Amino acid sequence: MTPALCGLMVAGLLDDAAASAGKVAAIANTPPGFLERTFDFDKSALFCWLVVISALVLWNIARARRGMKVTVRHIAGLDAVEEAVGRATEMGRPILFVPGIQDMDNVQTIAGLTVLARVGKTTAEYDAQIEVPTARSLVMTAAREALQASYMSVGRTDSYNPELVYYVTDEQFGYTAYVSGLMVRKKPATCFYLGQFFAESLILAETGNAIGAIQIAGTAESSQLPFFVAACDYTLIGEELFAASAYLSGEPDQMGGLRGQDFCKALVGGVLVVAVAAATLAAITGSAALDSATGFFRMLVGA
Amino acid sequence: MTRKFAMLLTFLAGATMVVSYFIRPTQSWGEDVAEWFNVLAAIAFVLGAANLAKVHLERLSSRSAGWGYSVIVLLAFGATMLVGLLKVGVHPQELAPTVAFSGEKDASGSAFWWAYSYAMSPITSTMFALLAFFVASAAFRAFRAKNTEAALLLVTAFVVLLGRTFAGVVLTGWMPESLSFLRLENLATTILEVFASAGNRAILIGIAIGVAATSLKIMLGIDRSYLGGGS
Repeated sequence: MTPALCGLMVAGLLDDAAASAGKVAAIANTPPGFLERTFDFDKSALFCWLVVISALVLWNIARARRGMKVTVRHIAGLDAVEEAVGRATEMGRPILFVPGIQDMDNVQTIAGLTVLARVGKTTAEYDAQIEVPTARSLVMTAAREALQASYMSVGRTDSYNPELVYYVTDEQFGYTAYVSGLMVRKKPATCFYLGQFFAESLILAETGNAIGAIQIAGTAESSQLPFFVAACDYTLIGEELFAASAYLSGEPDQMGGLRGQDFCKALVGGVLVVAVAAATLAAITGSAALDSATGFFRMLVGA
Repeated sequence: MTRKFAMLLTFLAGATMVVSYFIRPTQSWGEDVAEWFNVLAAIAFVLGAANLAKVHLERLSSRSAGWGYSVIVLLAFGATMLVGLLKVGVHPQELAPTVAFSGEKDASGSAFWWAYSYAMSPITSTMFALLAFFVASAAFRAFRAKNTEAALLLVTAFVVLLGRTFAGVVLTGWMPESLSFLRLENLATTILEVFASAGNRAILIGIAIGVAATSLKIMLGIDRSYLGGGS
């Protein structure tokens, strides 16, 4: 969609529809200019949302840096991290951390590793043992880096054992079989499942439940959330996985980013309410203006 | 210094992916970055295989608990790698009938194909089949009517379960057309398409914003936790 066409669509909200259609046809036949050849205008709505989200997040980070106090609601699953690590220490059993089954190009895996770094700090402070079997070689390397830095940050480098972060297999159910077997044999006191999961989610969570471990799960894979909710003690639902790093660190930058996310959600919610109201009223009254407004909202969400 | 370099690389790769998505002349750049990732992952795979062998050899040499499993892992690992690399049982391609190694390693009839079809595939299917039992045990726990919310969940699950089977149709099929919305199959559809769908979309919107914000923080080096946090 070219800028000229976009302009006409907006103008079409006010102009006579037939006249606009003629202009659209005329412009559609003209050869594309430099801007049309360079920028993909079919993705302009998405681009606008990206700019708005980025701006809101960065603005809130800047405000947090200037000293603005950010209050975050309690997330039970993250409040329980310390308790879960403490329990494993008291019982003298290991902690199992599963960072999903996807690679480092997946943002959920990265979110899982950010939580691993925080959990690693607590583990180092309590001198507990954490075991991280991974389904991807790159995740193993990144997890080792994250854990080593965590142990170093609390001055417990001597306690860090890289051998406890290791690669198992890329095969989904091969990995599941290994981790399930490990859980049955070693009986970890605490299990973390944070990252992207598929069908293995319930197999892992139910095995953990059977051995009586405290289980904290988090994923943005919405189809797996019900399984984790049913089988785990605490579940980070969707965005909470991405908020975990900020929540656990409490750093102003991170908290500002979290507030920015909330601003974005409020904005999206507002747009949705207005769009639904416009569409409903357009259907009831048959108003052409409201119908055009509904079309504009559809364009805004890329529908 | 290493961390700064990693952060710079992260920014460059992320920015390239974003730019290539919107700017037409740079569209191939994103594919190039994804290709670099594949190259890195392939190199890391060697690291992973070496780590796997090391872990299990150590377990075997120290005779630690479960060392017998390590023997099976090492045997299976070595045998699969060997038949794959040597293309055992592979028939030559029609284009090069005199070259014994010209066929695909996993072509039908090869030893690699046999190992996958008759060992790997049934074992993974067995693991997957365990889900049926785990779903039953998880459902048993989740649907206990301990409080109002759990009771609501139980009733909803009951309606959806019946509505998705022939039992639902048989039980409420007698209802007149004017009350057809109360038939179990229609109630199940309404629950899935209206209530569940609305809740799911709310979660998805939160996830999408979370992904965008997290990616931005990682690209700009605001969130460095995955590198171990701190500066």
